[in-house]
Amino acid sequence: MKMNAMSPLFRFIFLPFFLFTVGIAQAQLSIEITGAGANRIPVTIVDFPGDPASSRIITSTVRADLERSGLFKLVDHNNLAFDENAPINHADWKSRGADALAAGSIARSADGRMEARFRLYDTQKGVSLGGAAYVTNSAQLRAAGHRIADFIYEKLTGEKGVFSTRIAYVVKARGQFLLQIADSDGQNAATALTSTEPIISPVWSPDGGRLAYVSFEKKKPVIYVHSLASGQRQIVANFKGSNSAPGWSPDGRKLAVVLSKDGFSQLYSVNADGSGLQRIIQSSGIDTEPRYSADGSTIYFTSDRGGSPQVYQVGASGGDVRRVTFEGSYNVSPRPSPDGKNLAFISRREGRFQLAVMDLATRQVQVVSDSNKDESPSFAPNSRMILIATEIGGRGVLSAVSSDGRIKQRLSVAAGDVREPAWGPYYQ
Amino acid sequence: MKKLLIPALLSAILVGCSTTPLPEDSNGAPVESRSGTGTGIASVTAGGVDANGLPRELTDPKSKLSQRSIYFDLDKYEVKDEYKDLVAAHAKYLSANKGFKVLLQGNTDERGSREYNLSLGQKRAEAVKRSLTLLGVSEAQIESVSLGEEKPKDAGHDEAAWSQNRRADILYKGADGRGEF
Repeated sequence: MKMNAMSPLFRFIFLPFFLFTVGIAQAQLSIEITGAGANRIPVTIVDFPGDPASSRIITSTVRADLERSGLFKLVDHNNLAFDENAPINHADWKSRGADALAAGSIARSADGRMEARFRLYDTQKGVSLGGAAYVTNSAQLRAAGHRIADFIYEKLTGEKGVFSTRIAYVVKARGQFLLQIADSDGQNAATALTSTEPIISPVWSPDGGRLAYVSFEKKKPVIYVHSLASGQRQIVANFKGSNSAPGWSPDGRKLAVVLSKDGFSQLYSVNADGSGLQRIIQSSGIDTEPRYSADGSTIYFTSDRGGSPQVYQVGASGGDVRRVTFEGSYNVSPRPSPDGKNLAFISRREGRFQLAVMDLATRQVQVVSDSNKDESPSFAPNSRMILIATEIGGRGVLSAVSSDGRIKQRLSVAAGDVREPAWGPYYQ
Repeated sequence: MKKLLIPALLSAILVGCSTTPLPEDSNGAPVESRSGTGTGIASVTAGGVDANGLPRELTDPKSKLSQRSIYFDLDKYEVKDEYKDLVAAHAKYLSANKGFKVLLQGNTDERGSREYNLSLGQKRAEAVKRSLTLLGVSEAQIESVSLGEEKPKDAGHDEAAWSQNRRADILYKGADGRGEF
């Protein structure tokens, strides 16, 4: 049997990060699943023959990813191991309750790297759903596992998986602020920036190579763009007053920013290299937290122009302003979903700050979290999950909630407060 | 660049106040008014300036100008009447000492959005700035910024702590570039 696979040869392009992982093991994120979807797809991942240690890393990564997503139920593989070309007894697996099954193998290629091959089967129909081969080195076997999990997720749910994505967040520990990047499962945490002054509002460039954020290292808020592979940092806005709340345009060329150079916080756009500053709109109060819609046509933002902070929207280069939120006296931090269907924001209700999601077609609002100090929502690139900062037991943790509120995960760091999460784009 | 200038300025000031020139690396070593500590090294401030190089009247607790914080009510950014005298004292000093600059840092309590709080802190700093400029202080002497909820004075999570954190602070810098920011 020949694999009808694409063979994406993949390399981890952020190798320098691994150099920083020493000494921050105590800052590793751990993930706890606190809610799952209603109709989970039963799936079996059998062990891959070949080097047992490598097989274990890959298959356990795939299983953990699928389970954590809340959309799959893992059916016991009974310690069976067989490769992607072995004949499958579909009826047998179907009777064990598995609607789908993945099998694979791990081999060392001629240049000493590892090749992980796999194939996914639909046991109901008794057909192959395709497969792939990923070449990697042994230090990046987990990454190969995430790629396999993404393949399975997409084939079985019809939407793209986000297991190969990364997240950024800020850890406050022992008087220091660490801007960290981790895989979406919290593993491989690496510190991109360490500071004794606060770091807030990180946002990923659409290509995933840079982060824009606000750093207080100059005793006031200043906006930087930080290239992750090189560590190079560029000041994008350091005007008189405060510079904050960067939001990337979908083409990655511009940032919407908030400057107070003329008094109160006002919206501007600026090129990613700091040139071409333009005012977007003018008001006599606070305008902040600008975020471009996925198509780049609109900017959602927070404003107190109506007497209390509410979400508004305006054309990307200005124009008429339209109010978006109406319920309650405090609706902030708007984040349009990448698929353009929903708007996540933080709503204060009876003294609790909670994650709310608005269906932009019907304008229906649903509170989707059950915590009460929610902040800084960030959509996964497939729009399904929303990462927020919240507080549990007096400690800052991250929580991922599905946009329908059903699936919940908690990510925490043993040694400190975690805040300001930003979910990165798809793996490129 | 600024960092490099500081030792030079420092030694210039020290030399100016001292009868005997001091080596460049003296960096705050005693010049006058020695107070014995038993270590043979006294920590001393030269010629009426404090450790930041600011005139004593800005930091001496007996001086009104040493009071640098203005507190605000929840979600409010009006400078309350009880701070009018304090603001007036700073306005008078800045008008008489045009070489001095102030950094106004607005702060908020920890509740709600970090970015919205940054904007609210900015409004507080702006309110103090407006009070100062109305009293004749030049805009060029003032920069108002916000620290939002990021630098709480009181790390607690109750109203007692929050009321301490809804605040604007006045930081000074002299004409020589030395000071608190």
